[in-house]
Amino acid sequence: MNERLKPVALFDGEIVWQAFLNAFKKLNPAQQIKNPVMFVVLVGSILTTVLYFQALIGQGEAPAGFILAVTGWLWFTVLFANFAEAIAEGRSRAQAASLRKAKQDIAARKLLAPRHDAEFSLISSTKLRQHDIVLVNAGEFIPGDGDVIEGVASVDESAITGESAPVIRESGGDFSAVTGGTRVLSDWLVIRITTNPGESFLDRMIAMVEGAKRQKTPNEIALTILLVALTIVFLLVTVTLLPFSFYSVEVAKSGQPVTLTVLIALLVCLIPTTIGGLLSAIGVAGMGRMMQKNVIATSGRAVEAAGDVDVLLLDKTGTITLGNRQASSFIPAGGVTEQILADTAQLASLADETPEGRSIVVLAREKFGFRERDIQSLGATFVPFSAQSRMSGVNLDGRQIRKGASDAMRAYVKEFGGDFPPQVEAAVDEVARRGSTPLVVAEGNRILGVIELKDIVKGGIKERFAELRRMGIKTIMITGDNRLTAAAIAAEAGVDDFLAEATPEQKLKLIRAYQAEGRLVAMTGDGTNDAPALAQADVAVAMNSGTQAAKEASNMVDLDSNPTKLIAIVETGKQMLMTRGSLTTFSIANDIAKYFAIIPAAFITTYPALGALNVMHLATPASAILSAVIFNALIIVALIPLALKGVKYRPIGAAALLRNNLFIYGLGGIVVPFAGIKLIDMTLSALRLI
Amino acid sequence: MTTNGFLQIVLFLGTLLLLAKPMGWYMSKIYEGDIPGFVRWFVPVEKGLYRLCGIESGQEMGWVRYAIALLWFSLLGMVAVYALQRLQGFLPFNPQHFGAVSPDSSFNTAVSFMTNTNWQAYSGESTMSYLTQMSGLTVQNFLSAASGMAVAVALIRGFARHSVKTVGNFWVDMTRSVLYILLPLSILFACVLVSQGVVQNFAANKIIHTVESQVYDNPKMDAAGNPVKDAAGNPVTEKATTQAQTIPFGPVASQEAIKMIGTNGGGFFNANSAHPYENPTPLTNFLQMIMMFLIPAGLCYTFGKMIGDTRQGWAILTAMTLVFVAMLAVTETSEQAGNPAFAALGIDQAASSTQAGGNMEGKETRFGIVNSALFATITTSASCGAVNSMHDSFMPLGGMVPLSLIQLGEVVFGGVGSGLYGMLIYAIIAIFIAGLMIGRTPEYIGKKIESFDIKMASLVILIPPLLILCGTAVAVMAEAGKAGVGNPGAHGFSEILYAFSSAAGNNGSAFAGLSANTPFYNIALGVAMFFGRIWLMVPVLALAGSLAAKKRIPSGAGTLATHTPIFVMLLIGTVFLVGALNFVPALGLGPVVEQLAMVGAH
Repeated sequence: MNERLKPVALFDGEIVWQAFLNAFKKLNPAQQIKNPVMFVVLVGSILTTVLYFQALIGQGEAPAGFILAVTGWLWFTVLFANFAEAIAEGRSRAQAASLRKAKQDIAARKLLAPRHDAEFSLISSTKLRQHDIVLVNAGEFIPGDGDVIEGVASVDESAITGESAPVIRESGGDFSAVTGGTRVLSDWLVIRITTNPGESFLDRMIAMVEGAKRQKTPNEIALTILLVALTIVFLLVTVTLLPFSFYSVEVAKSGQPVTLTVLIALLVCLIPTTIGGLLSAIGVAGMGRMMQKNVIATSGRAVEAAGDVDVLLLDKTGTITLGNRQASSFIPAGGVTEQILADTAQLASLADETPEGRSIVVLAREKFGFRERDIQSLGATFVPFSAQSRMSGVNLDGRQIRKGASDAMRAYVKEFGGDFPPQVEAAVDEVARRGSTPLVVAEGNRILGVIELKDIVKGGIKERFAELRRMGIKTIMITGDNRLTAAAIAAEAGVDDFLAEATPEQKLKLIRAYQAEGRLVAMTGDGTNDAPALAQADVAVAMNSGTQAAKEASNMVDLDSNPTKLIAIVETGKQMLMTRGSLTTFSIANDIAKYFAIIPAAFITTYPALGALNVMHLATPASAILSAVIFNALIIVALIPLALKGVKYRPIGAAALLRNNLFIYGLGGIVVPFAGIKLIDMTLSALRLI
Repeated sequence: MTTNGFLQIVLFLGTLLLLAKPMGWYMSKIYEGDIPGFVRWFVPVEKGLYRLCGIESGQEMGWVRYAIALLWFSLLGMVAVYALQRLQGFLPFNPQHFGAVSPDSSFNTAVSFMTNTNWQAYSGESTMSYLTQMSGLTVQNFLSAASGMAVAVALIRGFARHSVKTVGNFWVDMTRSVLYILLPLSILFACVLVSQGVVQNFAANKIIHTVESQVYDNPKMDAAGNPVKDAAGNPVTEKATTQAQTIPFGPVASQEAIKMIGTNGGGFFNANSAHPYENPTPLTNFLQMIMMFLIPAGLCYTFGKMIGDTRQGWAILTAMTLVFVAMLAVTETSEQAGNPAFAALGIDQAASSTQAGGNMEGKETRFGIVNSALFATITTSASCGAVNSMHDSFMPLGGMVPLSLIQLGEVVFGGVGSGLYGMLIYAIIAIFIAGLMIGRTPEYIGKKIESFDIKMASLVILIPPLLILCGTAVAVMAEAGKAGVGNPGAHGFSEILYAFSSAAGNNGSAFAGLSANTPFYNIALGVAMFFGRIWLMVPVLALAGSLAAKKRIPSGAGTLATHTPIFVMLLIGTVFLVGALNFVPALGLGPVVEQLAMVGAH
């Protein structure tokens, strides 16, 4: 599952072929109208086609060949834009298909009757429907979210909640809900499934890639409005140019009024077709890039919002630290050697299946070479952890070994007439100050010492937080630990701030406080108790290992369950906006060169002096106009890779980023078309096409 | 350009920028209701006015109410001016016994003064009674200016406030604009003008007998008021002789002051600020230029002050100043260079101690080239429209600069209020694109720019091209439109284009070769003026309302700063790319081809 998906090649043969076909299918005006800029081009193409047929029957306003050439390239412009969108959709669909394959499949025992001893059939967990009944035996994973209807069992939910102690799940009451992906440790459960296939995030995301269900993001809508306004303006410019031309011919008494073909060509060149044609491709490609990073987003809005995130809340357990605390040292009480403490602690933990318990066994073996012993052959009886005693241990040859939280242990030894040495007290405090959890070990009424259970901060996480800071994102760690512990871990992990002793209400309050300040809050979480906060956050990323409730409350799911994935998510969100902005700038800046190409060409017969504006020295008026139209169409194709890959984001600060992009796409947008149009004109002349 | 000319421009800009801060500070105090001590004795007057009109000054308005109040108030003012003109024959203060102004001209003038355009198809000294001039036109000079300032202040409040539904009280903003800003300044300035020789009386025009008889060419007009043309399309003139000279009088100084301060531009006399009784000396000329820019420049500072970040105001002012200087350089050099065709005739066009050199056609000798070009650039940057020289006689490029400045939407300083809100619209579009380019939902001054805001901004940028290009298109197709053209050819096209640009941009200056006092132009330009003002104000107010309702986002590490040189450059680029690209073809068929033909021929 953690294996990165193989990225789909930029231009996969099959995808290109499908996109080619879809480009024609998308000519359907009902679909084309959704993109107003390209719809204008479509209407223009139809008009020039009519003009061409008019020319064929001998009543043309211009040579039929010229009209045909312009018409052809106008159609290409529309098709190229459609192709861009189709190829982005194709790539995302391919991406989603491979994700679907990657989805973890668990074999489920589907019961034919709601009894544990009923007949069952083995089916794939992905085929389970709501109300299906399944049986899960000890050691097996629960195949989907559901309610326990029969049986009692201990379930390891540490993968989801971060709580190391197994929980008891039984039918009826508050403890009947189970989550897919968690593991039954003992006994068995009969579970009624509560979700349907096809309602998963993945299914929703795939639906979004399909054009019909895709909704425009807020910024996309705003940009579309601006593009429509510019299109209307340029429509006015070209439409009024006809009467202006009539008047000019009338007063200058020379030349011909400008032809409709030239006006339509001018219109298409001036309206922002470059960005208009690539706009939806950029959006679809953005979603696709998310999938490539193993993140499933349920709305484009969320992806876009990710680019704006100011504050990131991270749950400590499982995100900043490794999910489970691990024993890191033995601190013996006075008169006890470390070796004895380690030996006793290991004995107490032999039957303890919790990760902490196992880590004690491992530490004792690593430090002193104590081999694991079989608790059965020793004749020991395991005393499991219970909510009342708040400790666990073994009874062995009359020895009563216990380990637990310091206050529980104090009460325990006092009960048997023992005392709690001040030196151990000091050790407990010291351990807590370090951000670790102290576990006190006792035999009978004698305290043997303290085991330090350490929260292990994930490797490399500090660097990731530093990167987030450079992006302008503040990181806040959320933990149920006390302030002392929280502060120690926060410092070690390098987060900007932390919220200690956090309850779900406090998390919610914190998010609302930031939002009231106008900040955009992202949160990563996995537990059910994170769900309200996730629902409140603007960008909520649930770990795939998390509970269904957490996933439902989120707008993204990270299949890798990697909390620092948010950096990639933010980058993708930013890239989407940057690509749109840069191409808009490029598109508008292009108009300058196009004016220089078309205006002299269109009016030179009326005012020969305008020839001075032909700074590119284009061969003839016809080749000038055609070159501009061809450039306008080809630039869409040339920019498809950029639209699909996105403009690169680097955390170098807003001002530097703007300067770079303005230089490349603003200045480039002014210069490139001069060179491009000239080149096309030279080619046309060399081939004697004009 | 001569050193003297250069120094005059530096003096002008230096004075202006020095005055911007105190003026802006004063206005911010007024609009925030924190009336400074030295004008506090106006407060009882203000309170009295509210009581008299039943205005609850403490009650704030949402943008819709604000806009409705503005619209009703403007319409009422328009009707009043129309009625005054039609009825002036029956009313007092009419020593010349002028009869009713024609309905179409009255409509045009009423719209013109209500919209702060002050396009004058009429000739003041030979049509309007003193009552019409004073209580109709001058009053509208104050009110139309104040309404522009009110809208600007509402927009500023939109940025300054957060999470509220209101943008201020229209009546309070109007009252304060007039009472504390326009009126005191106008009285002060009128006194200065009188001291320099501007007339201020109610006397009838004086007709004196000249010693010599004058012979002049009188253009022949047909019944509709259009010039009669010969076969070649040139206007027909007839020789006329006279020994009578009319010395016009009237309450000029009082109107002249607000004409400049409120960027109205409607002169008492037809010759406007070229007339010696309106603008007698170089000093009055200098002060008039300062007055045109004083409030627009000050409002930039007011903006910064009221939003709590003066750097934002300075950035806007810097962008305006840079565009202004660039445009001014073109006009100045083009006018000073003169006509290359004359060089071939051996005419000396160089500036020297005995002559101004360059193109002096249509310019007053007491102002010369520099101050005429400067005045023309200022009056069209601001939506003033007062003129001290004839723009029609400028060189093609020299004339194109005023034309383009109007077409940009008069955002380079611009009209009082309207310049700032126009520029802020461009800033919103610039930041929208810039924000996308850095990968964040765009935000300007802590406000997220969302689709509603872009919708309103788009409506605003649509207006100038729609009105100007469509108006010009109709005019060049209609016989009635072509009939008014004084100079056929490309320049005739420029004249029509200028007329519609001036009307839609609420400027009011003209390429006077066009005879526009005809029913066609009076109505067409009236419509352009009306929508050029109202259509702009309503979306701006809607934007103000939308911004005020938004949360204010604190700026963080990822926020794009909008007071930096790079943003100023981006803003200028947006003004040119979004504002000017639309007019390139039209300019190409007008001034550009005139220029190329002139240069190419020699």
